[in-house]
Formats: sequence, C-alpha cells, structure tokens
Amino acid sequence: MFGRGSGSWLTSTAGRRLLPEGWLSGPMPWVIAIMMFLMVLAAAAGLALGYAARGLDAHLSGQITIQIVDANKARRDQAAAMIAARLATMAGVRSIRRINDREMTELLQPWLGAGLADNDLPVPAMIDVDFDPAVAGAMKAAEGAVRRISPLARIDAHAQWLAPLAGLIGSLRWLAGVLVVLMAAAAAFTVVLAARAALNTHQATIEVMHHLGATDAQIARLFQRRIAIDALFGGLVGLLLASIVIFAVGDRITEVGSDLLGSVDLPAFGWAVLAMLPLGGTMLAMLAARLTILTALRRRL
Amino acid sequence: MRPGAANIVQFENVGLRYGAGAETLSDLSFGLASGSFYFLTGPSGAGKSSLLRLIYLAQRPSRGLIRMFGEDVVTLPRDRMPAFRRRIGTVFQDFRLIPHLTAYENIALPLRVNGVAEADIDVPVREMLDWVGLSGRANARPHTLSGGEQQRVAIARAVIGRPEILVADEPTGNVDPEMAERLLYLFVALNKLGTTIFVATHDLHLVPRVPHAQTIRIDNGRVIAPAVGSYDDRRPAR
Repeated sequence: MFGRGSGSWLTSTAGRRLLPEGWLSGPMPWVIAIMMFLMVLAAAAGLALGYAARGLDAHLSGQITIQIVDANKARRDQAAAMIAARLATMAGVRSIRRINDREMTELLQPWLGAGLADNDLPVPAMIDVDFDPAVAGAMKAAEGAVRRISPLARIDAHAQWLAPLAGLIGSLRWLAGVLVVLMAAAAAFTVVLAARAALNTHQATIEVMHHLGATDAQIARLFQRRIAIDALFGGLVGLLLASIVIFAVGDRITEVGSDLLGSVDLPAFGWAVLAMLPLGGTMLAMLAARLTILTALRRRL
Repeated sequence: MRPGAANIVQFENVGLRYGAGAETLSDLSFGLASGSFYFLTGPSGAGKSSLLRLIYLAQRPSRGLIRMFGEDVVTLPRDRMPAFRRRIGTVFQDFRLIPHLTAYENIALPLRVNGVAEADIDVPVREMLDWVGLSGRANARPHTLSGGEQQRVAIARAVIGRPEILVADEPTGNVDPEMAERLLYLFVALNKLGTTIFVATHDLHLVPRVPHAQTIRIDNGRVIAPAVGSYDDRRPAR
C-alpha cells in the first residue's frame, strides 16, 4: 500500500535523522489524541446503542401481551385458559405465561393501593406470549386465534410501543457513525496540514534528495514514518482517555439500576473495534500524508 | 554520424526563461564529449548556474533540445528523472550537505537512495573519505567542518555513485587557493577514471591548471566560446 523497495535505509539511524525533528515535536499528536478521544467515545456510543437495539429486538419484538377485559371473573378466566390452550398448540409459539393474581396485584399496587386483593375491582387477565422469530407469521396467526376465542381481547405487540425507542436508538447510532466519520476526516485534514508544513520545513533536504536521484515514493516514506509514529501515539492516548470515560460512564449506568439503561452495554467485540481505531487512524494518517506529499512533489521537477 | 551523437550532453538551440521575463539563456548549442573535462566560465550573472541547472535536471528549458546519455531530457517523463539524476553527480557552491547527518552518512546517501545494501556501503564510503582526505572526520557533522572539508564531502557524495558526468558549480568559490588546488586535483583524478567533468567557475586562474580541459564561455546567456569538438562534432583535444 505504501510502497517498498530501496527503502530499508529509511529505518536506519541515518534515514531517521534525515528529518531531524524529535517525536511529538508539534501539535499534531495531541490534536490527533483529542480527535481519537472523541472518535472512540462516538464509536463506543454507536456500538453500545447497536448492541442495546439488538438486545431489545431479540427480547421484545417477538412478544405480545394479551389482555382479556371482562368484568365476569369466571368468563375472564375461562377465556384466558382457552386462549392459553389454543396458543400452546400453535407453531412458532415459544412460551405462554399467564400473569397470576399475585403478580397483577404487585403491578397495580402503585396505582390502586395495597388492598386490591380484598376488593372486587375487575382486573384484566394477562398472558405474555413469546414467539420463535424463525417461524414467519406465527404472531399473526396467534392474533387471529385469540380474536376468534375472545373478540374483546386486546393484543399489545411489544415491538409497537418500542418502535419510537428503536427509532431514537437508530438515529443516535447514525449520529455516532457520522461523528466518527467527521472526526476521521478532521484528523486526516490535520495530517494534510502537518505534512505540508513538514514539506516546507524540510525543503532543502528534499531538494538534495531529488538531486541524488531519490524517487518521490522514497521521500514520501520519510514523512509517512514520522507521521505514523505521531498518529499512533495520539491515537493510543485518545483511546486510553476515552476508555477511562467509558468505564466511568458504565459504572454510573450500573448504579442507576435501570433495565433499559442496563441494556446499553459494550460487548467484547465492541472493545476490539475500539482498540482497532488507533491503528485505523494511523493507516489513515499515513495514507493522507503520502497522498499530500506525492501530490506536492509532483508539482516539482 | 548525426552531429553530437557521441556527446554525453548535447544542447541544441536551448533557451531558458524564468516566468515572463527575458531569456536567461538563449540559443545555446554545444556538446560535451564523454570523458572530457570542461570549464564553464563567464562573469557573474552570465547564466552559468542556470546552464548547470539544466544539466543536473533541476530545470527544463523553455525551448530547444537537450539530449543526455542519448535521450531527450526535455520531454523526459518525471518518473524517469531519478534514474537519470543518479547518472549525474552534482557539487553545489553552497555544498548542500544535510546538516543532521555526519560526513559519512552524507557520502553514503546516494548509495542508500540507490538501494545499495547496507553491507555494501561501508567500504566505498571509507574509500571515498580516504580519497578526499577526510578519514578522520567521518563522524563530524557539516557545521563542524571547514568550508574546504565540507566541499570535499560534497564532492565525495557527488562521485560515490560513479556518475557519468560530474557537474560542479563554483566548487572553489568558498575555499582558499591551496584547497582550490586540491579540489581541482580531485576532479582531474576523477576525470582520469572516465567521468566527464563540467566545472563552472569565474576563477580563470583555474583553467590553465588542467591543460587538457576545454572551456565554454558564456555571457549574457549566450555561448561565446563553445568547446572544441562539440556541436560541429570535432573531438575534444585530450
């Protein structure tokens, strides 16, 4: 990708001294560190949200809750039993769970008080049904069966009320992706500016190298190496700082104790992706430097 | 035989203009025979350095034809320039040594650029340091060397790649007469090995020191005394 041949001397002491500025001598590594810090945070947010979205989808999109609203407890219980029995025979139904009276009491207690079990308030019967996502049309078939048994039954698909949340998560993921791309572009432009400045600084050396018969690729490799070191350093610093922030935020989320927030987690795969960002950034910096220098040198004889 | 075909460098009606100004060099037609020694003389501002820039391929002419090593270099593609430049040794008046490298590393640079293996670099560089009398200054940086020493490093760097032609711009301009004599001796020794030497100088006292040398004199950008045996295809007297 970045050229080979007659370039091993570039890694020699003499080769390194051709461009004598020390490592991290300019602002570029620190600018890249800041860019990488923000890029890693954005990428982590995007990955975590993606993981959360997949989790929500897997857990909730294949679920419905059936409510049988009937003031007559006997009819209500009979309908619930018939529905449960019918669904149990249908393909694609993974599990059926009738929410018992104790659970209903606990659910309603915050609104109706502790005495719910002692009065005659008609509480709907509720059945949670979990479908196998691999069986197409199972949910639709189940809905039809429920309607035939109890036309007054209400069927709530969990995916329906999760749709706005899923939409928000999708938008945030896109935003995170756009931020990552913008940060990468900003880092690349920083490298372009740094490479141009370095070309001007080392004008005399480049001229001598050309007179000695050095090719543009050989000269570009000198700069690539320097910029790669700076970019890798900046990238690792950015990754380290961002990792600290991600861990700290993760701890705060855990302290909140929310199931929904708790689903926003970064899997090992996500960490592997984040760890690759400094390497990707370094490659991008080398490419940007090479193209900048080759373009500039092509304007000369 | 076509006129100038045996010459290592051939200029035909060459003109050079910087920007929209008047021509710095006009109607230059001459040849440099392979293995010969030439002085390029003329007053300051005559166009000596511009002419040299054309020969060491730092500049393309505005018009005319320049052939080097049998090929037209005016239209030479840019990606072939490095290979041609490796056949040309250049000594600059201001030395242009790379200040961060030692004398040894400066001299080794053309070999490294040319892809010579590191194991094959030390012997020729040591030989070259010995040849220019700087064996004891191998690890010295340019700023610690005298003008004459820097010029000798520059000469060693220019010739270590065994160029077919050595172009030197006022190589004795910054050294005392004794050092000038020593540098000239190096050029003569190199010429004896077959390298064509082309030395620009305004010091006319140098010219008689090399009896077999030809002189090209330019003034106001025009050749007023072409070398013997050049464009009219006569061989130079050796």
